[in-house]
Amino acid sequence: MSRRSDVLPGFRLGLGYTLAYLSLLVLIPLGGLLLAGASMTADQFWTIATDPRALASYRVTFGASLAAAAINALFGFIVAWVLVRYAFPGKRLIDSLVDLPFALPTAVAGITLATLYSSNGWIGQFLEPLGIKIAFTPLGIVVALTFISLPFVVRTVQPVIEDIETEAEEAAASLGASRWQTFVRIIFPAVFPALLTGFTLAFARAIGEFGSVIFIAGNMPMISEITPLLIISKLDQYDTPGATVLAVVMLVISFLLLLAINALQWWSVHRYQGEPGELGPPRPVAATTGAAA
Amino acid sequence: MSSSLRWFIGLVVTAAAPLTFAAEVALLNVSYDVARDFYKDYNPLFQKFWKAKTGESIAIKQSHAGSTKQVRAVADGLEADVVTMNQATDVDFLADKGMVAKDWTRKFPGNASPYTSTMVLIVRKGNPKAIKDWSDLARPGIQVILPHPKNTGNGRYSYLAAWGYALKQPGGNDKTAQEFVGKILRNAPLFAAGGRDATTTFMQRKIGDVLATFECEAELIAREFGRGEFEVVYPTLSVLTEFPVAIVDPVVDRKGTRKHATAYLEYLWSREGQENAAQNYLRPRDAEVLKKHAAQFPSIRTFTVEEVFGGWSRAFPAHFKDGGSFDRIYAAK
Repeated sequence: MSRRSDVLPGFRLGLGYTLAYLSLLVLIPLGGLLLAGASMTADQFWTIATDPRALASYRVTFGASLAAAAINALFGFIVAWVLVRYAFPGKRLIDSLVDLPFALPTAVAGITLATLYSSNGWIGQFLEPLGIKIAFTPLGIVVALTFISLPFVVRTVQPVIEDIETEAEEAAASLGASRWQTFVRIIFPAVFPALLTGFTLAFARAIGEFGSVIFIAGNMPMISEITPLLIISKLDQYDTPGATVLAVVMLVISFLLLLAINALQWWSVHRYQGEPGELGPPRPVAATTGAAA
Repeated sequence: MSSSLRWFIGLVVTAAAPLTFAAEVALLNVSYDVARDFYKDYNPLFQKFWKAKTGESIAIKQSHAGSTKQVRAVADGLEADVVTMNQATDVDFLADKGMVAKDWTRKFPGNASPYTSTMVLIVRKGNPKAIKDWSDLARPGIQVILPHPKNTGNGRYSYLAAWGYALKQPGGNDKTAQEFVGKILRNAPLFAAGGRDATTTFMQRKIGDVLATFECEAELIAREFGRGEFEVVYPTLSVLTEFPVAIVDPVVDRKGTRKHATAYLEYLWSREGQENAAQNYLRPRDAEVLKKHAAQFPSIRTFTVEEVFGGWSRAFPAHFKDGGSFDRIYAAK
């Protein structure tokens, strides 16, 4: 294919700008962070990074973030599906409500959730007699993280669902596929990469969350303490190198997890589709399915 | 006149114009979070005083946030003329960086603290759990609300108050004090994010049997939630909390505002400044003003951090740095 003339100014300028922008915003600050942590010896680094309270906080932070991202992946998908496929009164209102967690300051969200779910709150007063304690427990952390990361999944998956051709579903139905088969073979593979992207974004947002979690978490060491709080705690002691140790650990774990998710996404794209970006009809699953499209 | 000459004259006049205005002196007071109301009342008093004394108008800007974050900002370049904090450790940090004189405690009377407060216990109306003293906080079944004892000034003071109380009991030593404070911490269902968050949790969400906080917070609770909703219990022994103030030398020398900054801080010890402290439920240093307001400041036996712990410079690393007593309590669990 011959190269069309680009609308934006050429490759070199584009690349130069990209590198400069990414460096300023991402690489240099991260590099500064790593440098600040480099002032420690490997021994000191390891001691701080594997302190029992730090280990407990990684479990809480990453565990709650993964749980929140997973819950959002499931229910965010359903919300996106409903918003795309159905028409009902108030649809636009609900559609804009999805963006509310983006707009709300995180501290406001945190205080609101803490008030709602505490034992005399609107929701908490019904749950506590049942023995379900949400506020000031790790469960509360999951609730807060689910709230603030909801829009990521919905907004990432919505355009992809819009793009799925309903003709493909009709063709599948006419070929005798049940609703479940249509979903698993046709709809889900098309949506899966976007769903993974949404999951990744939700997870990334949830790990760093501080303002909305701090009010509902309870902050008990070893039980409901999140890593960002430990980092702030170290900064409050004027221990900047110690804080960077924890920050670097979070960075490394996040990077590994994101790498794994990206690999999964790459695999799924190549398994179910041709080149990335092509949302064509899926390859035939069995050669014996003779009726050709 | 040629047009270029006119242009040149216009440029010179415009450039010189700012110099013709009487440059108004502006001070920046970097302070801790809950001092907002105090300085909202104090600043107009000082401005009036300064205008009457020298005829000069002075503008005072305030900055409020968590005290540790504030001093870090000042060390990083926030142009504060004065800092007014609620813990000596934060001013010591600036002294180490050379931004405040090393002997800042002696620059102003009373350890450079114009007013003091103490830690008290807030309980529900009628005191159903019969809480009278720090020892009751360690009783099984009592739920204690306090802000994070390691990260917040409010929480740290309560921690030290309880520790000091335990030291003064018969047979008290660091080991028994650590056990005692450990029991209190275990009675806490959560650690609030800050002093106000603890107040909200106790009063609004009705969690806990007792709240340990500053005496001045009690008045705030009364105004917000109504005087009939709670009672203040004064323990037999508590810690004297001091609120150090200091001049930031590099900034006042550069701006030429040393005279103004010094007067601003000195005025805190004047009759008006001390009255203002009493109005804001902070114990004034001036004995006469304190006596005048004796009704709202019941007498209480207090110890200072210097007396019992050898000063904040010893207490902070011993208890609140990583590896200190707080961490040891949780490691032992």
